[in-house]
Amino acid sequence: MKIAVCIKRVPDSETRVKIAADGKSLDEAGIKFVLNPYDEFAVEEALRRKEQAGAGEVAVICLGPAAAQETIRTALAMGADRGVLLQADKIPIDPFETAKLIAAELKGATWDLILFGRMAIDDYNTQVGPLVAELLGLPCVTAVSHLDIEGTKGVAEREIEGGIEVVEFPLPAVLTADKGLNEPRYPALKGIMAAKKKSLEVKPVQAGAGTLEIVALTPPPDRKEGKIVGEGAGAVGELVRLLREEAKVL
Amino acid sequence: MTTLAVLEQRDGVLRKISHEVVTAAQRLGGSVEAVVCAAAPVQGADQAAKFGADKIVTLTNPAFAKYAPEACAQALADRAKQGGYRTIVFAASATGKDLGPRVAAKLGVGVAADLTDLVTDGDALLVTRPVYAGKALLKVKVRSQPAVASLRPNVFTPVERPKAGAAETVAVNVLAGRVTVREIKAAPAGTLDVAEAQIIISGGRGLKEPANFKVLEELARAFGGRAAVGASRAVVDAGWRAHADQVGQTGKTVSPSLYIAVGISGAIQHLAGMRTSKVIVAINKDKDAPIFKVADYGVVGDLFEIVPRLTEEIRKLHG
Repeated sequence: MKIAVCIKRVPDSETRVKIAADGKSLDEAGIKFVLNPYDEFAVEEALRRKEQAGAGEVAVICLGPAAAQETIRTALAMGADRGVLLQADKIPIDPFETAKLIAAELKGATWDLILFGRMAIDDYNTQVGPLVAELLGLPCVTAVSHLDIEGTKGVAEREIEGGIEVVEFPLPAVLTADKGLNEPRYPALKGIMAAKKKSLEVKPVQAGAGTLEIVALTPPPDRKEGKIVGEGAGAVGELVRLLREEAKVL
Repeated sequence: MTTLAVLEQRDGVLRKISHEVVTAAQRLGGSVEAVVCAAAPVQGADQAAKFGADKIVTLTNPAFAKYAPEACAQALADRAKQGGYRTIVFAASATGKDLGPRVAAKLGVGVAADLTDLVTDGDALLVTRPVYAGKALLKVKVRSQPAVASLRPNVFTPVERPKAGAAETVAVNVLAGRVTVREIKAAPAGTLDVAEAQIIISGGRGLKEPANFKVLEELARAFGGRAAVGASRAVVDAGWRAHADQVGQTGKTVSPSLYIAVGISGAIQHLAGMRTSKVIVAINKDKDAPIFKVADYGVVGDLFEIVPRLTEEIRKLHG
């Protein structure tokens, strides 16, 4: 099994968002960056598939700044074999430009599986996986929460509104991982030490201009100051009255 | 200027989220062409006219009986290339999130995804999307022609704007594709998905044990089929509730008209999934819980006393 996992370095979900002086970007000072949580499911799945097959390779590919080497090392510490950093100072705002850079890198080899996280928790774009699949002409299943593979045939489950879609596809394929697919392992000390010696290739890339232009990054509108209606079951009557007469939702 | 509004159907019935897509499309000005991929005429497709579709096109192919990602993407991309649409609008639903990028890539662009607002701005489209778990809003100018957009569900409240909605059926010739839906395992009858519910009652660790979710289920039932029961990450990770019910950053993003958070402290990752709800009610025994900071109405106290009383009151209203 030769598997590529495409990962992203993102601000930790607990990050306090401070907007930079340009009014268009995140002030990155003091922010802790982590491996995108959905990408952890993708890395874990790749490792399990390789372990089951008893042979193969898990390569991790990341588009990002020099500091993303640390993110790649996290995946290597989990057990991936080697990493490639497509180094760009900024991740393009246009996801299609990101997809083009990743697809160009993936084209250089043949893969049985190419895995992504379902979405990145910073920009919520939820599309680089399927965009790359289209650019490579490969079958694609998104938001996979259960996966069975036998030979070159796969069956995946994905959550849809009110049910689960059971999807069949041939390998090689591009899959995006959802929560539920597996329980990602924590890197063990041994893995962390081993990761330092694994190959991490840095390739500078230049993204195209794309067709998106950031106008502004702003805090969300404040929710109107709420009120504590009261304490205990005695407050329920007043709550219902407010929901009917003031909020008009009942 | 014409906007292509991509409708959704399941089992030959138009999905309600399609109304939101048409509503958003008609707000862009110009005319709206609604399009749906289906194996046969879609029940309820004519409804698109009520919300502003000047034309309703059904693209038919036997492969469209179930969701056929590759065949649908090809049919829509072919249509988009012929039509010269300025904007193509999808719902950011499970299907729209899968289909939108496939169509966009065939047109050589990306998707302006999960939008909470979009307006025409000269030659461009000006869109707003929540980022960083809803802790910031990103305003972006989309200059691509066409622009491909997907809309966060439950944000664009359907508004009636009746138009002619001239119906057209076009049999399309596309390959069935390599990725096929074998079956849909439906959730038990009568359960409403949190992503689609107008009212959500979510429970967290304050429920103490899985069996206690029955108090929330009773409240949901009192709303008569309009409410779904959601869950925080803590209780999903503990195995009390299914991941499908999880609201939050690693679950579903919801915008119901009423969100009732019961025994949920309000971690950032939970707020990410529900802060765009229209009205938020919090019930929690800890008066300092962060959930009260985003709640419109809070009740402090024992949920096992408060929720059953609320259920009684709601039953009276609906009785």
